[in-house]
Amino acid sequence: MHYIPNTEEDRAAMLSTIGVKDFEELLQAIPRELRLVKPLALPRAKSEWELRERMLSYAQENKDMAGQVSFMGAGSYDHYVPAAVRALAARSEIYTAYTPYQPEVSQGTIQIIYEFQSMICELFGMDAANASLYDGATALAEAVLLAHSHMNRSKILWPVTVHPHYRRVAETISKSLGLQTQMIASPNGIVSRADLRDKLSDDTAAVVLQYPNFLGIIEEIEPLIEAAHERGATAIVVADPIAMGILEPPGAWGADIVVGEGQALGIAASYGGPVLGLFAAKGELVRRIPGRIAGVTKDRQNQRGFVLTLQTREQHIRRERATSNICTNEGLCATMAAIYLSLVGPKGLREIAQACMGKAHYLAEELSKIRGVALAFPHPFFKEFAVRFPVSASQIADHLLERGILAGVPLRHFQMGLDDLLLVAVTEQRTKDEMDAYVGAVREVISS
Amino acid sequence: MNLIFELSKKGREGFLAPPIDVPQAAVASPLRRKASLRLPEVTENQVVRHYVNLSTMNHHVDKDLYPLGSCTMKYSPKINDEIAAHPGFSALHPMQPASTVQGALQVLHALSQALCEIAGMDAITLQPAAGAQGELTALLIFRAYLMKRDGHPRRKVIIPDSAHGTNPASIAMAGYEVVQIASGPDGLLDIGGLEKVVDADTAALMVTNPNTLGLFESRISEAVACVHNAGGLVYMDGANLNALMGITRPGDMGFDACHLNLHKTFSTPHGGGGPGSGPVAVKRHLEPFLPVPVLSTKDGGYFWEWNRPDSMGQMHGFYGNFGVAVRALAYILMMGSDGLYAVSENAIINANYLRARLAYHYDLPYSQPCMHEVVFSGNRQKAHGVKTLDIAKRLLDFGFHPPTVYFPLIVHEALMIEPTETESKETLDRFVEAMIQIDHESQAEPERVRDAPINTPVRRLDEVGAARNLNINYFAQTHGS
Repeated sequence: MHYIPNTEEDRAAMLSTIGVKDFEELLQAIPRELRLVKPLALPRAKSEWELRERMLSYAQENKDMAGQVSFMGAGSYDHYVPAAVRALAARSEIYTAYTPYQPEVSQGTIQIIYEFQSMICELFGMDAANASLYDGATALAEAVLLAHSHMNRSKILWPVTVHPHYRRVAETISKSLGLQTQMIASPNGIVSRADLRDKLSDDTAAVVLQYPNFLGIIEEIEPLIEAAHERGATAIVVADPIAMGILEPPGAWGADIVVGEGQALGIAASYGGPVLGLFAAKGELVRRIPGRIAGVTKDRQNQRGFVLTLQTREQHIRRERATSNICTNEGLCATMAAIYLSLVGPKGLREIAQACMGKAHYLAEELSKIRGVALAFPHPFFKEFAVRFPVSASQIADHLLERGILAGVPLRHFQMGLDDLLLVAVTEQRTKDEMDAYVGAVREVISS
Repeated sequence: MNLIFELSKKGREGFLAPPIDVPQAAVASPLRRKASLRLPEVTENQVVRHYVNLSTMNHHVDKDLYPLGSCTMKYSPKINDEIAAHPGFSALHPMQPASTVQGALQVLHALSQALCEIAGMDAITLQPAAGAQGELTALLIFRAYLMKRDGHPRRKVIIPDSAHGTNPASIAMAGYEVVQIASGPDGLLDIGGLEKVVDADTAALMVTNPNTLGLFESRISEAVACVHNAGGLVYMDGANLNALMGITRPGDMGFDACHLNLHKTFSTPHGGGGPGSGPVAVKRHLEPFLPVPVLSTKDGGYFWEWNRPDSMGQMHGFYGNFGVAVRALAYILMMGSDGLYAVSENAIINANYLRARLAYHYDLPYSQPCMHEVVFSGNRQKAHGVKTLDIAKRLLDFGFHPPTVYFPLIVHEALMIEPTETESKETLDRFVEAMIQIDHESQAEPERVRDAPINTPVRRLDEVGAARNLNINYFAQTHGS
């Protein structure tokens, strides 16, 4: 039997040592009526060869981004993953380790976490970060919970321009603790400062902003954060880590908590998971951060070492008074992100960000030259933009799919009142030829 | 070992960005980054050496025994990683039209059906990204169900004092009050005690079965009946499912919902702290309240249904950890129904073998047969001034990862050992010999145990100092750039 070393002989010897005559004797505690009387209704064991055939037949039915050219974004991006990321993450020592409960034999894991935390702080301009959360959406949910418990206030202000899935996840997780959502008007794709000021009150726990926002627009968040602070509300910013290559970080604009989706940092899209929740905070909030945190210390011989620290925040110590229930997080993905950031370095990240921006602007301009096609919003954008076509976004998407192009994410799905728009993302991997083919295909649909 | 930042030197490059074959676009001045990012400037070969050297300081399952209780540190089959890395799985965007990802949706459907069969449940969500998230998801499903049924969610959730820390933490996050009841002298749920606290305010009972002592809750049906009669629901933390496959099922015990840990029972890699996956399986009456989107089928095709008016909401940005689900399905298909039974059978035999052999040397608080894990107490050794912590550190010198220590809270100086079925008798014998030697040392040379570990990359670390002189961000210190 696969992966089970015990032979019949081994089992007999062990049962004898245990002092029972058969395995059934060990199951006495289970009431008869709860025992299964027949085997599980699953197929019998397979050989590895059969398994591979079966699973690959599922894989081959999918039109993946290796075979199609992807311009899809909305929280998952087709960035380049350097080979060393996968090679290192595939090492047994890295991926078959677990929670570093015994730090003396987990220095690899814990030092990697410390380096990862530091890099995330640097990207976002914050004081402290954790070892990871599940994804951008749940990281945002945790930020909302933190603002609530810190401020003891119950309203959260949301613009339409924050990823709708993220808002729904945050609402799901915070609703039973009495938190309420209030929407801020975002006409024309950016937050209305006037409406924000209007809605801010002494019961506002936090204002959530996204940077660049869900529609790809680089909003000027500093005055929005200032407005939040004037009423004592926490400023939570959802930020794109790749954009940090060329944008001033949210920490510099005064953000109290920065969260984000780290999938762009060397992690495969993987149909939405596993991905990587990033979480960083400033000042006094540091001691209430959810999740694991690695810190530096010394051992008995005065050698530098690393341990999990501030554990009294965590569930295994604090139980119902923990800052979060999180235990297993996205450790391997955080490792991949740390490796990615080490490889690209400051220059690489800047160049990747510049490439994304330049290419996105090229595609946007070329599309705008087609009669009837226009960018939906007149604001500066980074690597994503929303387009309006003279035909429906789905028609565009369907036609381009036939040409091997994943054209973008139709915004109809998100029910934001932007049903006719297509959200198009362009990463550093998209070539001029691919973009010209996109434009050509759009011309075909429109002229036909 | 150096930090990666300490290897950095201006001008070193680990990466050449793809060429920009179109005009540049500039960020408007106030938004443009001002200070240079202090990410490391190192070459690829330096990066590789750094991470290789770091990795060799880790204990890991592929190296030797890692018997953490309730973590199920079993072997992760390599074929599963190869399959999950196929671009047909790994290179899928979550918002691709359903017509382009039918293979992926079939995988999720097949896994859903298999897990429901294994758990004895009617419906399932694969969205939670870990066990703790599964717990919270289930509690919020319960809340939504009770709101719909009664117009109010009730106030309390009951747990035994042996519960894993995530249980009360999840309960608090779900907006409920934790009611903890003492376990009986036999280590099991005290049914009398339960009956005293269950009332119309009880939303749910949350238990692990087998419990965290590794003991099967024989009177579980009574506990379930007690709570159901009061109008409450019952949840099973499925972390210990490795003891039950093909033998019994949470659904048959009467649970309304349970979570499963794919990174435990179903062999997906532990990753140094994830990614995991904590699907929640439910009985029919809870199905309308599952998180969105729900995997649905029509005319032989699969799609995501977002329009679910009674849904409790959404728990993950997309569909959960798909890459982990792929590996779990591969494992289930490979093991088959006979294989999964053999998994539980051998997990139970292995744990009882350790119980039998170690019982001469370590206090065994509950001497009846255990399931897939066994809990000892280090009390006998403590009498010589050697704590369970010291025993754990000394085990490191023998090349083993220690069992879980100081949990469950109801056992003094607890040592919670789960070998799993993928360990051989020879490995278990080596482990027993090491534990016996440590017992002898604790009597004859206790300082040896208290000084341990000495064979590891670092010696005992100052955890108090780490919190006092907090350094959790390299860049918060003053360093030259």
